[in-house]
Amino acid sequence: MAGVLIYSDNTSLAMELLTAARLIAKDQNKSIKALTVNNPEQAEKLAAKGADTYRIQNPDLTPADTAAMASALQQAAEKLDGDIVLLSSNRRGKELAGRLAEGLGAGCLTDVKSINTGKDGLECVRNILGGATVGTQRIITVKKIIALSPKAYPAAEQEGVGSLQDLEVMIQASKLKLVETREKAGENVDLEAAEILVVVGQGVEKQEQLADVAVIAEAINGVVACSKPVATDRKWFGEERIIGLSGKICKPELAILLGISGQVQFAVGIREAKTIVSVNKDENAIINKMSDYVLVADLNDVIPAFKNALGK
Amino acid sequence: MNIVVAMKQIPELQQIRIRDREPVLDDVPYTFGKIDKNALEAGLQLKEAAGGKLIVVSVGTEALEDTIKEALAAGADEACLIMDNKLENIESATSARLIAEAVGTIDDVGIILFGEGSGDNYSGQVGSRVAAILGLPQAGYVKNITLNGNQATITRAMEDCEEVLEATLPVVASVLADINTPTIPSVTQILKAGKKPKEILELKIDKTGQIETISNLAPETQRRQIEVKDVAELIKAIEAEGISRR
Repeated sequence: MAGVLIYSDNTSLAMELLTAARLIAKDQNKSIKALTVNNPEQAEKLAAKGADTYRIQNPDLTPADTAAMASALQQAAEKLDGDIVLLSSNRRGKELAGRLAEGLGAGCLTDVKSINTGKDGLECVRNILGGATVGTQRIITVKKIIALSPKAYPAAEQEGVGSLQDLEVMIQASKLKLVETREKAGENVDLEAAEILVVVGQGVEKQEQLADVAVIAEAINGVVACSKPVATDRKWFGEERIIGLSGKICKPELAILLGISGQVQFAVGIREAKTIVSVNKDENAIINKMSDYVLVADLNDVIPAFKNALGK
Repeated sequence: MNIVVAMKQIPELQQIRIRDREPVLDDVPYTFGKIDKNALEAGLQLKEAAGGKLIVVSVGTEALEDTIKEALAAGADEACLIMDNKLENIESATSARLIAEAVGTIDDVGIILFGEGSGDNYSGQVGSRVAAILGLPQAGYVKNITLNGNQATITRAMEDCEEVLEATLPVVASVLADINTPTIPSVTQILKAGKKPKEILELKIDKTGQIETISNLAPETQRRQIEVKDVAELIKAIEAEGISRR
């Protein structure tokens, strides 16, 4: 019986894939198999949740080598008869998706936000045109690769009895060597988990104002984020704080946007917030139409006033 | 050794209007994706250090003839184009096939650069697919590259760590936006761009699709758009949403 094969380098994302795989398997009467690579701990966890788990244990295989990983996954998909491969749409998963798709002759969709099952097959929902639109798309090849966005599905609960087996794959001589893995400069910040975000846009003119912004965020239990140019052009923040298509796509309870104009690639990262507050000196800014509360004012006045009003 | 940068012609996203939730693309000018411009800049810096030519490969409609000037003005030496109005809205797999074929016509390619994702679809598949077709090693999310003989030392950023890789050339690399800040071309560069060589390839176009788009609509936004007049009102509004101060 053809089945769904799941793989992520990241254990919590693998658990989310298992949830999605169960929805698909139930709908299409397929089996589910989980794959792990040099991660026995992840294999144990998946098996404990009820997944039939296959372990590749091979010191010559490093997740850093996408070519080798794609080859290993292709062999696994063929051996285990996985015609739908679910990957995580984190950086490793996305990079792997295209290479694996090419090898398997599969159609592939990445950054998929949800999958609808139905009589016409799997409908995948994802952003198109930089997020200006949301598309519903179907992969029409027999083999399908779907990379699911982080947090698209909740982590799997325990269901049924899993199993653990080893799987052998052939690894070819690599043209790529991992020399060093190091901690990332910058901070560990989880924008996607934040309930309140205070977002700095290009309308915040002076870097000194960031201290006040941090105080405001702290006073309301929020986390500071930014639009892409504020990180990549001005270098005020690291890339881990970027909201948008090529940054984080967040769904906080409240987003306070300071000096954001509302370019589509930014807006896609915040438009699913429950409440959006925008402070902007431009009364015609696109973001105002996408906000629940709008304050048209000079941020040079608003930021200190906001801080003072919060009693800080 | 030559450097190839693959760039995607995309509609100027800010100029797309939405009518009845449908995107209206008529008269929207084309440009290249922003991250593709970072890839071009990375290519220029490598060329400066290692020599050779920088060739931009692009696949798109006839409008590419004009769009490509942007890349040539920014410093590319040559363009290698596959142009056909049938190539509007092609899938990643088609695009990858054509780019790989075009790269195959170029001598002594050391590195093929992409942006980490296109400006419109941001699917991130084409670089990986091209690497697969050409059987080359690849590295994504790259923030630094140095070339040393037939080796590239590549630093890339994952979500939680950075990796330093050594790859034997040729290699496919897709870069992050924060790898550099693209320089703005001077007037002289813009004027010279029209005279730079452009090779137009006639390749067989097979648009056999793998993906079917069922719908493509702007999300429905129903926001309250309540104007508040000062910070005090703003804070009252936030508190009304159940957010309390620490």
